[in-house]
Order: sequence, then C-alpha cells, then structure tokens
Amino acid sequence: MIRASLLAASATAIALAAPAMAQDFAITNATVATGDGSAPIANATVVVRGGKIAAVGADVRPDPSLPTIDGTGRWVTPGLVAAVTTLGLVDVNGVESSNDTSASRARFNAALDVTPAINPASQHIKVGRANGITRAVVSGGASNSIFAGQGAVIDLGDDPSPVTKAKAFQMVTLSESGARIAGGSRKASHAELRNALREAQDFAAGRWSGDGNLLTRADAEALGPVVAGTQQLFIEAHRASDIRTVIALGKEFPRLRLVLVGATEGWLVAQELAASGIPVMAESLQDLPERFEQIAATQSNIGRMRAAGVNVSINADSIRFTDHLKQHAGNLVALGRMSGAAGLSWGEALATISSRPAEAVGMGGKIGVLKPGAAGDVVIWDGDPLEVSSGAVQVFIDGVEQPLDNHRTRLRDRYRDLDESDLPKAFDW
Amino acid sequence: MPRVTRALAGLGSALALAACATTSGAEAGAETASASKPVSPQFDKNPYPSTYRPYPGVPTALVGATVFDGTGAQLDNATVLLRDGKVEAVGAGLNTSGYAVIDARGKFVTPGVIDIHSHLGDYPTPSVPAHSDGNEATSPSTPDVWSEHSVWPQDPGFTRALANGGVTSLQILPGSANLVGGRTVTLKNVPSRTVQGMKFPGAPYGMKMACGENPKRVYGSRNRMPSTRMGNFAVNRQTWLDAKAYAKDDKKKRDLAKETLQGVLEGEILVHNHCYRADEMALVMDMAKEMGYRVTAFHHAVESYKIGDLLRENDVCSAIWADWYGFKMESYDGIPENAALLQQAGACVVIHSDDENGIQRLNQEAAKAQAAGARMGIAIPDGQVVRWFTLNAAKAMGIDSMTGSLEPGKMGDVVLWNGDPLSVYSRPEKVWVDGALLFDADDPERRPVSDFELGQQGEGDVK
Repeated sequence: MIRASLLAASATAIALAAPAMAQDFAITNATVATGDGSAPIANATVVVRGGKIAAVGADVRPDPSLPTIDGTGRWVTPGLVAAVTTLGLVDVNGVESSNDTSASRARFNAALDVTPAINPASQHIKVGRANGITRAVVSGGASNSIFAGQGAVIDLGDDPSPVTKAKAFQMVTLSESGARIAGGSRKASHAELRNALREAQDFAAGRWSGDGNLLTRADAEALGPVVAGTQQLFIEAHRASDIRTVIALGKEFPRLRLVLVGATEGWLVAQELAASGIPVMAESLQDLPERFEQIAATQSNIGRMRAAGVNVSINADSIRFTDHLKQHAGNLVALGRMSGAAGLSWGEALATISSRPAEAVGMGGKIGVLKPGAAGDVVIWDGDPLEVSSGAVQVFIDGVEQPLDNHRTRLRDRYRDLDESDLPKAFDW
Repeated sequence: MPRVTRALAGLGSALALAACATTSGAEAGAETASASKPVSPQFDKNPYPSTYRPYPGVPTALVGATVFDGTGAQLDNATVLLRDGKVEAVGAGLNTSGYAVIDARGKFVTPGVIDIHSHLGDYPTPSVPAHSDGNEATSPSTPDVWSEHSVWPQDPGFTRALANGGVTSLQILPGSANLVGGRTVTLKNVPSRTVQGMKFPGAPYGMKMACGENPKRVYGSRNRMPSTRMGNFAVNRQTWLDAKAYAKDDKKKRDLAKETLQGVLEGEILVHNHCYRADEMALVMDMAKEMGYRVTAFHHAVESYKIGDLLRENDVCSAIWADWYGFKMESYDGIPENAALLQQAGACVVIHSDDENGIQRLNQEAAKAQAAGARMGIAIPDGQVVRWFTLNAAKAMGIDSMTGSLEPGKMGDVVLWNGDPLSVYSRPEKVWVDGALLFDADDPERRPVSDFELGQQGEGDVK
C-alpha cells in the first residue's frame, strides 16, 4: 500500500482543535458497570476528578458542590477498549492512498511504528467515539514479513494527541497467511521468527555486525525490547497446533511477554492456554471454517476459554466494523442461554471489551475500568450498553467531554427531510 | 478490517453484489415466474427444475407467544398452528387438540428469516480460491451465467444461517464484478445433495446488475471498457438495445445471454441492482424506463436515504445493511438511519446480509436500524421492523404469495425465538421449513452438519 502524506491532514486537525479541560463531575442514580467482570450496580454514583476516576459505588456521596449529571434511567460504563484495530490508520479501506494499515513495499518490518501514521481526525475514530469506544490498540498488518511492526495504544479523543502508549507491542503473525509471507510454509515462519529473535539478541549484546544478517539494522534494533521483555510480542495464530507452538515459544524464550491474537481454535487448547498465563484476544462470533486454520471455529470459543480460566478478550480485528464491538459482547451473553453453548455473564461480556483487553496490553487498572485512579474514560448510555438498541449519550475521555458528531451525523441531519423548496441541500449545513 | 480488504480485492467475495427486488406485487408475482410458465415454447425455460420436497412434519401448535406475523402486525399471547407443511391459523383461543403443543409463553414467533442477498454456495467456506465461484469476471456483461451452477450445497454457511439466523429462504446472487452478473437463484435453506434439491419451487429468477466502482475497476484495470461510470452506462444501454433487437429476431440460434435479458424485458426475471450512490440509482431508474424494464431492488443502497422520494415513486426496494459504511469510496456516506429515513419516506426497506456472518444476525441488524431511527425521532413498530427481513424480502424476490408471513395457507416457514428477536440476547430455539422441524437448539440431532465438517474437529458442535 502507498503511504499517504498524513502529516498534512493531521496538521489541519491540530490547528482547529480547541483546548479542552478535564472537568470534575459526578454521575448519580445510574446503573453502573465497572467493567471488571462484576454485575452492574443499581442507583450508583461515579465521581471523576482531575481527569481520573475518584469514586464508584452505590454508597458514594459526592461533594454537593460538584457538577452532577442525573443518570436516572441511564447506564454508565468505562469507555470501551477496542483491541486490535486499525483505527486512525485508514480513511477508506478500498482507497489505497488513504490506507496505512500495511506497507508491502517497505524496506523495514519490525521497525515500522504506527504512531506517526495515526490520524486523530479520522472519521472512524469519530464514529468509534460516538459508539462509546474511548481507547484502541492499533496495529498495522503484516505484509512483506511476518513482523507487522510496532503498535500503539491510543485514545479516541477530539484532540491532537492520540497516543496513550507508543510502541506498546510488536506484532507478528504465525497464521496461514503469515506462512505464505514467510516463504510458503509454517516452517519458514518459525525459522524467520527464531532467526529474528536471535539477531535481535545479538544486536542488543553488541554482537551484531550487519554482515551475514537477514534483518536490517533498524529491524534488529526494534526487536531489542521484545527479546529483553520490555515490549510485548503479540502473536497471531488460529489453529490449535499453531497455538501450541506459541505456548512452546514462551517456554523456549521465557523473557518474551506474549499475547495471543486470533485464536479461533483456542477453545481446543483452553487448559494449556490458561496454564501458560498468556492473555488472548480471540475471535468472538467467527463460527465458520473460513480458512483451514479455523476448522473448529465456534461462537463458544471465548466462553469456553473463559471457563477454563484464560484471560480472554474480544479481538476487534475480526469484526468488520469496530463500532460493532458491543454487539459482539452482547451476543456472548446470548450464548449463555443456549444448550451446549458457552457464553459469558453480562459483566464478563462487558469486561471482554473493557478491562480484559486493557490488562492484556499491560494497562490494567489504568483504562477500561471504573476504579479509583483509572483514566476518566466514562460513557453514559441510554440503555443496556450491550443491547443493539442502545447508544452512547455522553462520552468522556480523561474527564473531558467529547463531541459525538461526525460525517454520518451531519448527513443524517441534512437528509432528515428531502425539502429543497428554497435552496438545494448543499446549503443545509 | 482485513476481511473488508479481502472482499474488495477479491471483488466478489462479499461486497460485490447487489440487486433489487420488486415491490409492485402484481407483475412480479410468482405466477409470472419464468421457471413455471414458459412463454416462448421453443425451449425449456426451466431445465434445472427444483426437486425440493418438504420433509415430514407433525401438526404443531405454538401457544402463548408474542407473534410478529411478517405483515407488520404484532399479536400478543397468540397461537400459531402448522399443519400439512402450511401455516394453518394464527390467533387467540385456537383449538390445539390433535397438535403437538409447544409452550411458547415468554417466547416469540416470526416467519422464517429471508435473506435477499447471499453468496452462500457461490463463495462457500473454506474461502479458498478453488471455491471462488461467484464472479465470471472475464467479460463485463454475463447475463448467460446462472448462479445455481456455482452453488455448492455443502457450504457450512447454510447450516449456520439456519441455526443461528433462522433463515429459511435466501437468494444467491452472482458477484458484482460485472455490469450484468448473471441469474440469481432462490433457495429453501434445507440441506440437500444437489442444488436442485434446494431450489425454491416456483420462485422467479432474478438478474444481478452492478453500478459503480466494481465493474469499472475490474475492466478498467485491464484497459477494457468500462473504465468509467459513463462507460458502465454505455455498455449497459447497448446491451439492452441488442436484447431488444434479439427479441424481434427469429431466434433460430439460441443465445443464453439474450434469453436472460429478454426475460427481464418481459417481466419474468427480476432485476436486483447493486448500487451504492443515490445519483447512480436515479440514472439507473431512468435507464430502466428508457429500455423498458423495471428495477426490483437496489442492493447495498447506502445512499437511498437521499432519494427516498424517487424510490417510492418508482416503487423500488432498497436492500441494505443497517450501518455499513466507509469501506470503499462509494460507501462513504452510509448512515445507520438509512432504513428509518426510507420507511419515513414511504419507500420499501429490506435488510440484507451479503455476508456469511451477517446472515446469522439479520434480526439484530434490523433492530439497530430501528434504534437509529428512534434516536432521531422516527418511531417504527417492532412488527414493521420484522417485516424488513421477512415479507418485504419475499416480495422483492417474488415469493411473497408463498412465504414471508404467517398467513393461512402459506409455507410453514417459522422461527420460534427464545426471546424478542429484536434483542441481542435472543436466538432461534426452533426453526421449521414447510412445517418440518429442521433445527432445535435443545436437540443436538436436529442440527445439520455439512459433508465438509464430518470427521473434523468441532463436528456437530453448537457453532
């Protein structure tokens, strides 16, 4: 894909962005779900101070001087966390010049970093925000190597500083498609991965000369934090046997901090995954053998892994539109009512799109949860947030209330009626 | 996101198709179906006839449910009687002696879900190149190809659509690489060894057309016409003119492409037109008038809300997703309020999937579209919303005299839901097709498993 000149686009956004201040406020009388897996609390209060969550609970009595939002009839949750996504990297998938997800003709791979490519003014970020998503784990896709490069954690705020945690992880794929990229076989993927880790270790130890190495200097350097265990390594794998190789890799290289992404057949190795302690971002409603590595796909994948004790969240990358995230979580609740299926409790389902992905990316307690000290990312909903009929009413990020309008809401308002008796629609804005 | 890219690249996979269905019941009715009533006696218009036969069922009474009958009506605490494969009666206080009685209190009943836009069988899973049978992308206009000749009845997707989506009928369309993609086929969602065993008896054929980006990209990239939207129209208009000339010929030599086009001109074959943008839909409706055919439905019509008045006046349905947008340039203006704005304008709405996963949740898509309308002040009753994925789809496919609603005498295509079908928390509990119980969530034996999945990990799983 051709890289676009993103800087021009984001400079405009920066110039127009108005400085926003975090407010101290309380939301009272709401149904509050903290996102930690627990059941919602009726008639509860959330207090936000200094951009952080200050207090949550049914017995919280906020300072009467605080501005208060009456949450009667509303639900309150932490801002949702979408992981893994391409939010901020794409305007239109099918318009190559606007799509920065992959870099198939780049000379680098592990050294690629999504941070300078993130566009906080992207419509997809605005739409995600309007749907209650406040943080995202962003990664590019693998294209000329099994290494896709370094991903980031971002916020979806209406401000020019989207990055919460740059270079949060390295992404590598051990999937079917990764094997094709590596040279046509899973054998090649594994050889490439091990060689890269070895060369990175050499580089870090000062034993890297550049002669006879396969990695570029930049790629070897970029993998340094991975082999040192200071940067997470996200590995995409789906087939049960591929997942076992990921678990084995963790034993072979004990310093690696692994996160498994995809895991369509994770339920078949749920016990081993639980024992490994590797967090999993898994396919949620994928139930078809779309690829041979997904033969055993079932919507009960996440429920069964959770029952086995795996720290599992929903992999947003398998969801066609990121704003459908909460619908997927709701469906996991539905499965709990079906014979033979494995679903999640309502609280656990919410956790798969809030606290669990945050924990997986090393930000547990900081985002995706309503808990004192966590970021003031709060969403007020007009009903049960996992229900398809519910929508976000107010969204706060770091205590700052966010605008919820976007290209789509403007079109909606323009075409509310088709009356052009006075002027064309182009004048209605 | 990767899946969208794949679809665009493959062009056929999912996003490529679109069609329209007619809503003006009369001339599009099943009785005019080409399959059942040859007009020109020189050749057999139905050479691959349906061999579908309903499976045995027992007289069944669903008692005490909330019933959305597909016409828009809602009946509370009602009874639905099925007998001899048909809907026998719906109402309160019906005599249930002699029927297998199912206590449906607290549950919901709808007609079988109908997907007007699917590629199951033509783009089956596993999605390997050897299975890519939905786009004859070797010529910009291929009215001669019939999608039924590509359908693989062992596609596991059919079973998921039945069990998780309650889908009992569906239209399989060719992809959208071509201006004219070929004939569609309507199926009963009943597993069979052959596609003939799935074909919906008496359903009219459809013809798939496509506007916009896909045809011009596919052929323009090969330095062939069309490479522009004006090229799309030029090729289409000449195609129609040639078809009209053919209609006056002696037809000594058969021409499969012209036979399909003539079927459209004679009103026997329904045009389903993939078209995203409002301005292009308006041009297509004029082209249809110019050439003497009608468009039954625009599919993927993400911008229909901009021309609800025109669509109403031309009696053309919009087969749409709830909220897809932004994955290709012509989808940039898609909004979640599309369906509600169309309903407000008095135009016909059909919720479609175009997707092997989305087909499992058409009820949820409709509920999202309803909610988006409610938030902007357009209140649409639940019964009407259910109609979007039942009777309206049937009407646009020309099968509404046979299925799509729970009216006495219609096919016993019925879903018993374990809760409100417009809730994310509800799933089909039992599904009947022509009165035969083909899915029962509580009976692992009443769950179809395709040949492909036998002996594989996860065989017979809940999926």
